[in-house]
Amino acid sequence: MSDALVSIASISKIFKGSQQAALENISAELLPGRITGLVGPDGAGKTTLIRLMAGLLVPSSGKISIAGLDPIQDATKLREFVGYMPQKFGLYEDLSVQENLELHADLRNVIGAERTTTFQRLMEFTDLTQFRSRMAGKLSGGMKQKLGLACALLGKPRLLLLDEPGVGVDPISRRELWKMVHELITQGITVVWSTAYLDEAELCQEVLLMNDGKLIFNGDPAQMTSRILDRSLQIRGISGNRRQLLERALRRPEVMDGVIQGRNVRLVLRSGAARPNLQELDAGKAAELITVAPRFEDAFIEALGGGPGGDSVLAQQMRPIPGDHETVVEAVDLTKMFGDFAATDHVNFAVKRGEIFGLLGPNGAGKSTTFRMMCGLIAPTSGTARVMGIDLKTSASQARQQLGYMAQKFSLYGGLSVQQNLKFFSGIYGLKGEEQKKVVNGMIDVFKLHPYLDTAPDTLSLGFKQRLALACAVMHAPPILFLDEPTSGVDPVTRREFWTHINGLVEKGVTVMVTTHFMDEAEYCDRIALVLHGKIIAAGTPDQLKEQVVTPQNPDPSMEDAFITLVQGQPNQAAA
Amino acid sequence: MRNPICWRRLRALCRKETLQILRDPSSHIIAFLLPILLLFIFGYGVNLDSTALRVGLVLEDTGPEARHFAENLYGSPYLQITTGLNRQQMEQAMTAGMVKGYVVVPIDFGEKLKRPNDLASVFVITDGAEPNTASFVENYVRGVWSDWLQQRAAEHGEAPPVEISIDSRFWFNASAESRNYIIPGSITIIMTVIGTLLTSLVVAREWERGTMEALLASPMTRTELLLSKLLPYYVLGITSLFLCVAVSVWFLAVPFRGSLLVLWGIGTLFLASSLGLGLLLSTLLRNQFNAAQAALNAAFLPALMLSGFVYEIRSMPTVIQAFTYLIPARYFVTAIQTIFQAGNVWPIIVSSGLFLLLASVFFIGLAALKTRRRLD
Repeated sequence: MSDALVSIASISKIFKGSQQAALENISAELLPGRITGLVGPDGAGKTTLIRLMAGLLVPSSGKISIAGLDPIQDATKLREFVGYMPQKFGLYEDLSVQENLELHADLRNVIGAERTTTFQRLMEFTDLTQFRSRMAGKLSGGMKQKLGLACALLGKPRLLLLDEPGVGVDPISRRELWKMVHELITQGITVVWSTAYLDEAELCQEVLLMNDGKLIFNGDPAQMTSRILDRSLQIRGISGNRRQLLERALRRPEVMDGVIQGRNVRLVLRSGAARPNLQELDAGKAAELITVAPRFEDAFIEALGGGPGGDSVLAQQMRPIPGDHETVVEAVDLTKMFGDFAATDHVNFAVKRGEIFGLLGPNGAGKSTTFRMMCGLIAPTSGTARVMGIDLKTSASQARQQLGYMAQKFSLYGGLSVQQNLKFFSGIYGLKGEEQKKVVNGMIDVFKLHPYLDTAPDTLSLGFKQRLALACAVMHAPPILFLDEPTSGVDPVTRREFWTHINGLVEKGVTVMVTTHFMDEAEYCDRIALVLHGKIIAAGTPDQLKEQVVTPQNPDPSMEDAFITLVQGQPNQAAA
Repeated sequence: MRNPICWRRLRALCRKETLQILRDPSSHIIAFLLPILLLFIFGYGVNLDSTALRVGLVLEDTGPEARHFAENLYGSPYLQITTGLNRQQMEQAMTAGMVKGYVVVPIDFGEKLKRPNDLASVFVITDGAEPNTASFVENYVRGVWSDWLQQRAAEHGEAPPVEISIDSRFWFNASAESRNYIIPGSITIIMTVIGTLLTSLVVAREWERGTMEALLASPMTRTELLLSKLLPYYVLGITSLFLCVAVSVWFLAVPFRGSLLVLWGIGTLFLASSLGLGLLLSTLLRNQFNAAQAALNAAFLPALMLSGFVYEIRSMPTVIQAFTYLIPARYFVTAIQTIFQAGNVWPIIVSSGLFLLLASVFFIGLAALKTRRRLD
């Protein structure tokens, strides 16, 4: 007998009608009173594993035991001490905060005096007292998350299963939630926290890193990052084009992976490789190579076999887009009201040709609404949106011909095959005949879609879906590309590959506007605007924003630090 | 096994469901506004009665007897008479749909009446394209004709003509107003919509919004889940049933001869089968759109077409007739029409009730069987 609370022994799960295993031979032990992170991209099998632990799914083979009980056979007993918060929090949106709590209290037999004290404790803990009578549907993402946690905590669970509690929630709420969870483990509660954010892995005491249904790593996240200790470098003081520098660096055999970080370039070397020569990379006279702290993400990429390289075949096929460094996308006092709620509130920005401009903010901040107005999909209540000097109010379709748009939710036709989707999207953008054939075949080559031409996109992996979506957005060679949450939930290698293409396209003169709630994704942008409650609260280059919040205690703040400090500096944000 | 029902949990779940019903405007519309709307549409819009049929008249004989008969025709409240010059003109009018039929009083009408051994006759030509209307025309004219013969005999002091007369009388719906049986029948449609359509959405909605997962991970039992979905919607349905009865009786002046208690009993059984079917669909499909589509096809359309509420079952093909025996709405239509028009006719109520009980057990049982405590 081990002292583990949960022991998972060679669990596999294959869903009916699917050939691929959702989980493949997973074994792990979860110790009591600890936070175990279930980390991995979408489709890795995190939710399946959590549901198996909650007794909501039956394993195809293997065995799970929680405090000696089987989740299926002893489901009734187990439910008494397992708290579970599903994705999207499992709240009744048309019930108030109090009513949601009461329902779960009744379901878990928390009554009488115990109920009064528990409610009081949870209300204080979650800081929801003043919102008791508010409908759950009208809460912000962060408050929903806290309420979901409070509901899962009723009945004093020994094991708390949280499925992606941090998705899309603003960084301040996310930090508060982590604080709350740390408090819980001091009370002896065991917490399983699943997440697609790799930076959250570093906050866990124990990590199960998953990809494609397989367990890649099990242990202390620091142990994983220590594998690449001294191999994480940053090139600072670059003169010249940093995107081209990254491309050159990634061609070097000693470089395993690299990303843009504001004005710097971050590289991870292969094991045992020598440091690259800055002169050979042509980084500029003032450039220096500095060892930086390794990140969990870097280690994950190494575990997946390294980055995808820095050359974009897609960009190589594109013709350069002529023109100067003039403003091509512009929002002037852009406002959208839904009733008396301002989804976008007097937003101003201007994006110049060949720039990557990012809108950064939590879900519900108004990024997508702003985006849809920029594409002419919804009409602004007041203000103007212009693309290539064309007002979207008056000639939206003319402006849209200049745009490539990749929507947040995967918006290809699931019922059409990959090839039919490519044909359809090239067709609606006016490509036909020989030219259409050439472009479609080009995309198939670039994104290596040959084996999937006759498959329906629905059955593709998330990475391939995303490639296809990008292909459909760029076939008509648009000078402007709008990307709405383009890399949500994909694995870091696919994410690198995606940004390689975007960087390549930008070098050809394409202008990119992107929304994201991934703080580190903002580092790829030339300029970003922080969006909260429909307003732009700060804008500038990533480095400018970070420099604004440098303190002696935190000399090298992250994008998330910058966001939190800048939001807290805002007036009237107490009730966020 | 532990107790399948913990009252506190059940009460909490029912309370939750009730709050959701009260706060969801679409359930108000389906449960209260739609029934009233349907009642008025069925009550006023669908009318199978033929009052004042347009009928032509050609008087080839213009003698006093013929004119007298014509006056009687004009006097009938069911007929609206247009007099034409000749048969050709009327034939054209009928082809054009101006009249539904015409009556010809032949040239020798008066002559034949005078001769004691001869039989006088009139011709009635009707538009067979609308058989229902055609038979109305025929019957009304026949009625006028036989009245006139008796009247004439009385005036002349003769014995009334010996003729086997079929004196039909409508029982239970003495004025033969179709509204009186269509409205009770339409309550069936309303009950079906509430029972099946509304519940078909509720379980699917919980799946779609992810709340089902949270419930499944709690100590709630399957029985509690099912009952919490059935009870609130049962109350809603029964309330709506009595609302419909009130509107029918007080506003639409439909007579109600049975007892409310019996109606409540039969209504409960029918509602149970409808709710069961709705829950079953919702549980199987886990998707609101699909569940609503399925409910429409599995409950609403059969209730509309095959329950005998408008379309008479006896005039359907034999195979379809046999099929209607499987439709719960058919039994409820029979029962509720009986309760409204004839009162508590026990043989009908008991036999319908038995079948509805069977259907309820079947559908609720199947829904229970398909309700899983797990996701796969």
